[in-house]
Amino acid sequence: MINYITLTYQVSGDDFTRAGEASSDVKSKLKQMGVSPEMVRKVAISMYEGEINMVIHAHGGIIKVTISPHEILMVLEDQGPGIPDVEKAMQAGYSTAPENIRSLGFGAGMGLPNMKKYTDEMDIKTKIGVGTTVTMKVKL
Amino acid sequence: MTLQDLVNKNIFSISNLGDNLNLPVVGPYCCDLLSIAMGKAPAGSAWVTVMGNINTIAVASLTEVACIILAEGASLDDTAKMKAKDQNITVLSTEKPIFEAALSVYQLLNA
Ligand SMILES: Nc1ncnc2c1ncn2[C@@H]1O[C@H](COP(=O)(O)OP(=O)(O)OP(=O)(O)O)[C@@H](O)[C@H]1O
Ligand SMILES: [Mg+2]
Repeated sequence: MINYITLTYQVSGDDFTRAGEASSDVKSKLKQMGVSPEMVRKVAISMYEGEINMVIHAHGGIIKVTISPHEILMVLEDQGPGIPDVEKAMQAGYSTAPENIRSLGFGAGMGLPNMKKYTDEMDIKTKIGVGTTVTMKVKL
Repeated sequence: MTLQDLVNKNIFSISNLGDNLNLPVVGPYCCDLLSIAMGKAPAGSAWVTVMGNINTIAVASLTEVACIILAEGASLDDTAKMKAKDQNITVLSTEKPIFEAALSVYQLLNA
């Protein structure tokens, strides 16, 4: 039996009062579905980092999460500025976050490394001036 | 030591009481940078930080730390306070610096 659910979230840009809501909604849904705490943590952490990046760096975007029996697929799509050098952006400690964002506690340059660390697959497609799509998979 | 035991020691002021007071506290964890805390804060830890904004609450919720301890007299801003209530996150606070706040949790756990 194939049994999957797709959840779609509109993430608004530069709205820190709502940032993280999509991730926490997915987290509580996965918990309700009886997904193991370890997997829930992986998804919650990687999705939150991606969601925050959308808010901070790309004026928001759309997140689609597909939950199937063997994996959780997260696709985060934005129409932001794009990432000029993905390899550099992936390095721990690399951040272009401005001062006002850093004063909120962001800007350690650990978001993308966390996403890589907590997912089984991660792919970034980006084009300057067009946007960025981050695809992540966590295997159950 | 459960979170309730820690609260009962009265060494920290209470900003918000969550729904997880029966949870054992596993130890203190200190960091002010959210994505480092996101990747490293152990579930069940007492997270000591000076950051009292809404993102701190989100990270606490997602990492399932036992509580946030705001050090150096830091406090939650209004939206963060609402979010803490809404998400049932326990938030304590103290005038002590980060190290001393963490040390008192550590000493209580190892007493
Ligand atoms: N969706 C995006 N659109 C454009 N640039 C991005 C996007 N996501 C990441 N970046 C770029 O990659 C850099 C590194 O991202 P990363 O999440 O690792 O760190 P950060 O967001 O700067 O800080 P934090 O540690 O708080 O996550 C960012 O500073 C930004 O320049
Ligand atoms: Mg980031």
